[in-house]
Amino acid sequence: MAPALLAVIWIALAREIGNEVILPGIEQVSRIVLHPTEDLISMGSLAGNVLVSLVRVIMGYTLAALVAIPLGVAMGYYGVIFKFFNGFLNLFRPIPPLAWVPLVMAWFGISSLATASGIETGQIYIYLDNIKFAMLFIIFIGAFYPILTSTIHGVRNVNKTFIDSARVLGANERQIFRKVLLPAAMPSIITGMRIGLGIAWMCLVSAEMLPGSLSGIGYMITHAFTLASTDIVIAGMISIGAVGALMDAGFRHIEHKYFSWRRQAN
Amino acid sequence: MNSHPEQIIAINRLSKEFTTGAGNTFLAVDSVSLQIPRNSFTCIVGPSGCGKSTILRIAAGLEKSSSGTVQYNGNQVSKPCAEIGLVFQEYSLFPWLSVLDNVASGPEFAGVDKDKRYKDAEHYIRMVNMIDFKDAYPHELSGGMRQRVAIARALANEPDVLLMDEPFGALDAHTRILLQKELLKVWEMTRKTIVLVTHSVDEAVYLADRIVIMSSRPGRIHKVLDVDMDRPRSRAIPEFGKLTDHILKELEH
Repeated sequence: MAPALLAVIWIALAREIGNEVILPGIEQVSRIVLHPTEDLISMGSLAGNVLVSLVRVIMGYTLAALVAIPLGVAMGYYGVIFKFFNGFLNLFRPIPPLAWVPLVMAWFGISSLATASGIETGQIYIYLDNIKFAMLFIIFIGAFYPILTSTIHGVRNVNKTFIDSARVLGANERQIFRKVLLPAAMPSIITGMRIGLGIAWMCLVSAEMLPGSLSGIGYMITHAFTLASTDIVIAGMISIGAVGALMDAGFRHIEHKYFSWRRQAN
Repeated sequence: MNSHPEQIIAINRLSKEFTTGAGNTFLAVDSVSLQIPRNSFTCIVGPSGCGKSTILRIAAGLEKSSSGTVQYNGNQVSKPCAEIGLVFQEYSLFPWLSVLDNVASGPEFAGVDKDKRYKDAEHYIRMVNMIDFKDAYPHELSGGMRQRVAIARALANEPDVLLMDEPFGALDAHTRILLQKELLKVWEMTRKTIVLVTHSVDEAVYLADRIVIMSSRPGRIHKVLDVDMDRPRSRAIPEFGKLTDHILKELEH
């Protein structure tokens, strides 16, 4: 119902305003969204730019999860490790990921996977050069804290009886981590991963809008704006929303399918 | 090595002090000594706060004593071991594992291969009459069913001694009586040494060879009684009522 209403308002407003820089027609935007592989004002296609952003997000995000989950499990289980890291981590937590951009640009500049791997020509170069370290870092920061916090929370709230039971049944420390703490905290970890992915996606798109960026859906929107192509701006925003919603739906599906035992009362 | 080969568990002058949040210490268990004969069924009864669960947790190797020792076959228990199993009151099953995987988890920790541990697990699941639910998850089961699975899981680890910490404490009266009956059957089939902690005198009189009565603050052994009634015991006979009444009076002291 709501999308239909929005469409009606859009059509009415567009007709009323009659200026496609302020509000282009719905059919104009739909044409772009429905032909995502078409090249747009020499910035590449909509799908191509979304793909570049997606690859960036997946890489930075995976890195964040690989660091945050083990660290979170250790911090949640061992008080000493928690005390050791917590003060330090809390100092950086309030810094918005985008506030890192200037510093990160100073550190990494425009160096990318291409620079790191030494490939300087050909098609592979173009792909690798799209993955800038600065971008990965911003995504990492955005995803890291939600995953870390919910992992710590998840591990801390593991019913002590599960751990005692495993001990009595003969589990060693490693088995307690892998077979008890991790699965018991998994619903909380998955929730953190879902939130982290959402934030990482938002951070990336915003970072792509900043100067120095030459590809990605965020770049596409900003660039289209400077060319007064509001239809591309809106099409780009719709893609951002659609990709974010799809990723979220994917995680929800996992939560529902594999963690239905969470309904148990504890 | 072992001076009392018939005593599988020997508790020697066991004490446990706890420190409260305010920094005060209190004595939960005060110099408790107790011998548990092999293949016996011992029940420990006492008011809440008498340290009965603490004794069990120390015997299972989950907690350290402040002084005194618990010996299993002449060796001091300092950490959990496969020979001593413990059944908790509730919420001990791993909710992310099916009944079968829960029961097989002890052998899995020990590295037993999949076919063997599932076969053994099914044997014990059958013993507690839960075979129709072997693929169910804990949240799909009632409280009584979960405790059956918890018992099967402890047994699948093939312990020598089975410690039970108020295993039926969270169940309704009817289910409780049903499970007591089944536990006796399991005990007769497996002949494990069982030490069961309960606050129900009725349960102790129904199950035990020997009843240890504890008093609280500090937790001490007040009296040890032998129960000399044939099994299965009927709650209707005068002897049952008399013994129950006697123990209840002792607990008032």
